[in-house]
Amino acid sequence: MIRTLRRIASTGIVSEPPPDPDENLRVREALQQEIRALLGRALCIRQVDAGSCNGCELEIHALNNPIYNIEGLGIRFVASPRHADMLLVTGPVSAHMAMALRRTYDATPDPKLVVAVGDCGCSGGVFGESYASLGAVSRVIPVDVAVPGCPPSPTRLLQGILTAVSARRPASPG
Amino acid sequence: MPLARWWPRLIALPGSSSIGTVDVDAQEWLAAAGDVAAAGGQLLALWTTLEHDADAHATVRAALLADSRVLVPTLRVAAAGQPYPGLQGFFPAATRMQRASFDLTGVASDDPDRRPWLRHAAWRHDQHPLRDDLPHVTDAPRMVDAYAFVRVDGDGVHEIPVGPVHAGIIEPGHFRFSIVGEKVLKLEERLGYVHKGIERRFSELPALEGHRLAARVSGDSAVAYSWAYCQALEGLSGAAPPERAQYLRALCLELERLQNHLGDLGALGNDAGFAFGLAQFSRLKEELLRAMHAAIGQRYLLDAIVPGGTAFDLRDSAAATLGAAVHGIGQSVLELRRIYDEHAGVRDRFVGAGEVTPELARRLGLIGLAGRASGQAVDLRTDHPCAPYDVLRPVKYVQQAGDVAARVAVRFDEVQESCRLVAAILSLLPQGDVRVTVPSPRQRALAIGLVEGWRGPVLVTLETTADGGIHRCHPHDPSWQNWPVLEHAIIGNIVPDFPLINKSFNLSYSGHDL
Repeated sequence: MIRTLRRIASTGIVSEPPPDPDENLRVREALQQEIRALLGRALCIRQVDAGSCNGCELEIHALNNPIYNIEGLGIRFVASPRHADMLLVTGPVSAHMAMALRRTYDATPDPKLVVAVGDCGCSGGVFGESYASLGAVSRVIPVDVAVPGCPPSPTRLLQGILTAVSARRPASPG
Repeated sequence: MPLARWWPRLIALPGSSSIGTVDVDAQEWLAAAGDVAAAGGQLLALWTTLEHDADAHATVRAALLADSRVLVPTLRVAAAGQPYPGLQGFFPAATRMQRASFDLTGVASDDPDRRPWLRHAAWRHDQHPLRDDLPHVTDAPRMVDAYAFVRVDGDGVHEIPVGPVHAGIIEPGHFRFSIVGEKVLKLEERLGYVHKGIERRFSELPALEGHRLAARVSGDSAVAYSWAYCQALEGLSGAAPPERAQYLRALCLELERLQNHLGDLGALGNDAGFAFGLAQFSRLKEELLRAMHAAIGQRYLLDAIVPGGTAFDLRDSAAATLGAAVHGIGQSVLELRRIYDEHAGVRDRFVGAGEVTPELARRLGLIGLAGRASGQAVDLRTDHPCAPYDVLRPVKYVQQAGDVAARVAVRFDEVQESCRLVAAILSLLPQGDVRVTVPSPRQRALAIGLVEGWRGPVLVTLETTADGGIHRCHPHDPSWQNWPVLEHAIIGNIVPDFPLINKSFNLSYSGHDL
């Protein structure tokens, strides 16, 4: 126990400040005002692997480490789409996952946001479109923000998530 | 010894003197598998190739590891003929490989289990993506997909279906638990959800460009796959990567092992209710990723290994910084290991959970890291080493208990060993170029690359066309062998221990579903 406490003390607080949103990642702006009003600063994300190579998932995991400390920003990953405000979806969307992805989207309460992750989630990447792959996430569900990269860094992912919940223009009251 | 009778007949494949094919008939096909199984060898892969003469012929091959050599029995069959004899009697893991092979090529084995494996509803049962030109999928297929799970009957028995979308940040797959109370009577896996047509995609690429796709077969094993692919390609091209590149490739492979082991050790602590472990290990992993980014230019090494060598070089100053970072991480892990070992709650969850005895592991063909935790003392880095592992001589770590604690212990040991190897590589790093030009590969020829990834042996088979294309590329993940063993590991455990046991194997979905 004493060893554990000593380790915690010697590690200290390693969290870094978050990056700014990046408008270039925004694909569309739907229901923004309403969503922002509802969310305030608390956001629940459901991650869906719709066919990825698992590379993007490794960097999404990193968001939970003490350095990116996404929970410190009021954002957390939840176990059910019914608890989620946002879907964070990696691709390419395999034919065998397309129905599960659509059902997950339908199970997420409105208003909701979708962030497509990685080159494959944005365009199909090296896998492209085929008998088994639909390619981009936007071919199956509406996408608000797309974060390219193979895999995108945690900083880029965080930028994408923050872009989705931030206003393009100064917010009007309500 | 009967195994020895095969060696004189072996025809070495290009690029490796210790991997060889032997043409067999149906009887010899079974005899070869039987001899390897009797000698304690392992099934590394089984795959089917539709031959160049269009629909007429197919070739079924298995890669069998025994005595530091790889025997590849090659069975030629008529594509629409009688089923070939399956190897499931010697290697139970062959069943799913044979079912998947049928889904993709239409060449059937005599295995009594005829259920589809990789095919769900994306294509019809009489279509085979490696044989037929299937149209691009345009919408989510209607999932009228009635898979025949094995039912368990009895008083109080009920089922829990889980997935394909899981509760955490993990890959998709379906698990069907039959339980009584909290106790698991049976687990049946259903995989194939992330099948994205990788093998078909390979055949649309020039052989010289396949390494990028290979690196993305399973993103956590990018180095192992791209290296194995390049081994096969360089074998067919007669290209020899410079010595410096060989060392840099090994550096990448050990860094990839470190990344994954650090991630798993943290996640395993977390699954045992010890959030401190996740915080500490995920911080160390981030430190490693940043050191790699500074030295190599990539956090994950998806584009580090290229035909003929590596895509990067390492400056001396960068090497020193990377070496210091890895050393520091190794020291921290020593301290964390003591904390894990002394924590009563963590030990209570780890010890005895998800046990696979060495006898069961041998019978079912458990391989790689999980195999070493169950007494199966095989590591390609020592048992079938490619350069520079013949010089580096890694120490192989083996446990006998076969439980979660043993799989954790092997990871802790391998972290220290990889840190030692990184230091050795950096001190031995030869000067010179990091890349040679790779000429066009030999036409219509087969080569095999074989690398011990962090999870276990990664094998890539590469067969070329007459014009520099890929006729057939089968990337094979050790998860094929180990997924069926997970079904046994969970028997008699309680449902809440499944995430912990599953994580202790940490098998790939993408690398398996292809």
